[in-house]
Amino acid sequence: MPDDLPARREVTDAMRPEPPLGMLLELTHRCPLQCPYCSNPLALERASDELPTEAWQDVLDQAARLGVLQVHFSGGEPMARRDLVPLVRHAAGLGLYTNLITSAVLLDAPALAALSDAGLDHVQISFQDVDEAGADRIGNYAGGHAKKLAAARLVRESGLALTLNFVVHRHNIARVPQMIALGEALGAGRIEIANVQYYGWGLRNRAALLPTRAELDAATEAVFAGRERLAGRMVIDYVIPDYYAIEPKGCMGGWGRRFLNVSPAGRVLPCHAAETLPGFDWPSVRTTQLAEIWNRSEPFARYRGTAWMPEPCRSCDRREIDWGGCRCQAFALTGDAGRTDPACALSPDHAVMAEAAREAEAPPPPFVYRRIGSNL
Amino acid sequence: MSDAADESVAPALRRGVKFRFDTVRDAWVLLGPERLFVPDETAVEVLRLVDGARTLGAIIDDLAARFGAPRDTIAADVTALLHDLAGKGAVTF
Repeated sequence: MPDDLPARREVTDAMRPEPPLGMLLELTHRCPLQCPYCSNPLALERASDELPTEAWQDVLDQAARLGVLQVHFSGGEPMARRDLVPLVRHAAGLGLYTNLITSAVLLDAPALAALSDAGLDHVQISFQDVDEAGADRIGNYAGGHAKKLAAARLVRESGLALTLNFVVHRHNIARVPQMIALGEALGAGRIEIANVQYYGWGLRNRAALLPTRAELDAATEAVFAGRERLAGRMVIDYVIPDYYAIEPKGCMGGWGRRFLNVSPAGRVLPCHAAETLPGFDWPSVRTTQLAEIWNRSEPFARYRGTAWMPEPCRSCDRREIDWGGCRCQAFALTGDAGRTDPACALSPDHAVMAEAAREAEAPPPPFVYRRIGSNL
Repeated sequence: MSDAADESVAPALRRGVKFRFDTVRDAWVLLGPERLFVPDETAVEVLRLVDGARTLGAIIDDLAARFGAPRDTIAADVTALLHDLAGKGAVTF
């Protein structure tokens, strides 16, 4: 069975892209946790800037018409929004697959019952570690780990599908086997072992977080062993850090090809990190229809497809597999978002990855925790 | 899958997995946690019979009758397909 969509169909407007598959709704940047690798931008949006309920409902209506199939309610902590339940109900009513991406520290039995009743399909709970002290230190939130364990048990008891997400880095990567065991013990259908992606806060804290090659190799071995042991019972998704890659990841399945992200204030982006890129006038759902943004806006067209590519991407056999890698990483590490992702061994900038990996051999500096005003 | 040859089991979509028709793409889609599959025509015919009640044997009988194909061939294809989907976390037995 193919994992990909069927080949491009004939369309009247040859420039029109395929409809998006998924949409991430960053309902808010508010969050009780302060993880130093947060995927939110360094410049966090304030509550007063957030879209109101009716605007989010309209975005969901437009997304369903555009062809979005899966919506991910995220943040920040999406449960910090008082209207999460009506938004989930609205999305489910449109036939959208609804996923809640949560820290779960606010997820108690009544909240879960309301979400389940609203038609939620799946809950993804982030765990910072398997060790309570270590986990609470990463999130900078005392008691958080215990709340997450309790919430995960509630999710399983409710019958909802559960994923555990472990973001891994040098402070917890040695415990990947215990993470897999925790997923098994909690009855998760799926776990993610995802190395930190080094953009925004993660990049700011890279020297404190990037594991060594040897640490990564041990984790990879543990994941492969876990997959074999748990085949058919628990899916284990695994993401390595680009710093030890030879080929770049096909970031977001290609710029503006599969996915869109809506920020708390309503800006529409091809990924959650794209606001790190300069020189973009990001379209907003406050002023522009989602279909117009997806099909015709300049920011979504800029790096879509292969026409923008420089060498070595342009003539590469993998150009429609990895789509040139990640634009945010190209900008962060070379200063030019239009270059080949330096994660690629063929990139003329690839040496910057090895230089950064040498930081992992030195003692880790303290974290810069994710909170408004801490990135000074 | 406990036993690939056991046709008395009744496959079901796992919790958190949805199989529905998408009018925008004019295609059936199988949606799961961070997963999306666009099944081919054969897989669509199989998945439409996966309801947690019908046994694997009944699914094979139904398809063999409707498509006029040798039962052994259908059985091998259906079993392989469902085994693959179980490995991807979409189907359970």
